[in-house]
Amino acid sequence: MAHITYVEANGQSTTIDLADGWSLMQGATTNGIDGIIGECGGSCACATCHCYVDDMLAGVLPPPSQGELDMLENVVAERRPNSRLACQIKASPALEGGVVTLPECQE
Amino acid sequence: MTAPGIVIVGAGQAGVQAAEALRAGGYESSITLLGDEPHGPYHRPPLSKAWLAGEMDAAQLVMRAPDMLARKGIELRTGVTVQRIDRDAKTLQLADGSALPYTGLVLATGATPRALPLTGGDAAGVLPLRSRADASAIAERMAVCIEQDLPIVVIGGGFIGLEVAATARKKGARVTVLEAAPRLLGRVLAPVLSDWYASLHRGHGVQLMLNAQVAGIEADANGVSGVKLADGSVLPTGLVVVGIGVAANDQLARDAGLECDRGIVVDACGRTSDPAIVAAGDCTARRQADGSLLRLESVQNATEQGKSAAAALLGQDRPFTAPPWFWSDQYDRKLQMAGLSTGADAWAVRGDMAGGSFSVYHFQGDRLLAVDSVNAAKDHLQARKLLDAGVSPTPRQAGDVSFDLGGLLK
Repeated sequence: MAHITYVEANGQSTTIDLADGWSLMQGATTNGIDGIIGECGGSCACATCHCYVDDMLAGVLPPPSQGELDMLENVVAERRPNSRLACQIKASPALEGGVVTLPECQE
Repeated sequence: MTAPGIVIVGAGQAGVQAAEALRAGGYESSITLLGDEPHGPYHRPPLSKAWLAGEMDAAQLVMRAPDMLARKGIELRTGVTVQRIDRDAKTLQLADGSALPYTGLVLATGATPRALPLTGGDAAGVLPLRSRADASAIAERMAVCIEQDLPIVVIGGGFIGLEVAATARKKGARVTVLEAAPRLLGRVLAPVLSDWYASLHRGHGVQLMLNAQVAGIEADANGVSGVKLADGSVLPTGLVVVGIGVAANDQLARDAGLECDRGIVVDACGRTSDPAIVAAGDCTARRQADGSLLRLESVQNATEQGKSAAAALLGQDRPFTAPPWFWSDQYDRKLQMAGLSTGADAWAVRGDMAGGSFSVYHFQGDRLLAVDSVNAAKDHLQARKLLDAGVSPTPRQAGDVSFDLGGLLK
């Protein structure tokens, strides 16, 4: 389990208690955080769950797969060194207290 | 008296998208989302993959939690069947006998899997895959087959059938896939990619039979027991998954006198022949600029048409004309398709087919029609841009990995 805070582009911040194994995309879409779309349902196929992870998360997350890196090349908002796809990040206790910032647009 | 508001029939991808787009577009009256399943909106794409494999729980499949919809002022009503649209009275007749008035109506009724038109096609254990309940029924029966070492048979070598086959192999089931045509996914993929997928499945232990003619289904007290082929042979089985296509759910619209042609006919903005009614998703047939009708069954089509249909009810034109895209996950291979390959007469392969990361470019003459990418997301996203811009590389350029296709977009 991990508490993850989502900060939307308008500054609105929401903290969600995510069960282990849930992706950060699932946590956002089921809880009505509009800054993440997740059109493909988490298949790493649409690049509409782009997020920026904080330093703590960047330190503990496994690096992105080649498929995720390829999708990240085509996100609509600015790609930064800490850009990730939320559907590829699975909650675990190591992620406790993590903060992700959402871009202004996903598509 | 306040206006009755907008009613959306169908709580799948298109219906949810339309509801949210109406709110995002500033619509302030009531929005009612009617679903005929017992549960609220969920993601369908994982049903043939992670859900069937038992790697996902019901909560993870949820697309929007019902209280989140409520927070947006979207009233979700599940287990509701609409019987009739009374267009003159702008009212829906529901199966429970009640009536529901509307100011604007969104039809997002989806599609229904085609049933096997054969004797025994309705036996227990002969199952389609469309809904969560379908997928759960398949998973349950599949588990029994694995336990008893009974093979499962997939009828139809399309995306649903092949995804089920891949998941079943992953779970350790013995799998036979029967395809009536000489190659897999023949209407969509280039021959070279059909052959590649045949090898992929055979390499994973699937018994693949092309040109297979199914003559009937045999059943006993436990349900399906065998699939009989035209040559008289019988494949013993405990589960038959039928993936032979879907038909648009356009009955409500047809009964109401809306123009339908294997789907509810809509324009690029999702409008039907009634100004108060729009439609979106798998249930539609979209009139294109050249007058032909295009039927698509995909997440992208549902979300884009959902947004267009919502805009149309708000009096805005939001045509959906972007190139279609689709994907299919089988084993550790992700196929991403952009464009429509119908009419292709030449193909170029870019990348390493043997290594499992490559793209097939479909051409009609010199014009790029579509690109199918396997584990090559970069090619796929670039293809969508090329197709959207109407920019065609030559087949020679497409096949040359040292040629920068992105350069054509600058």
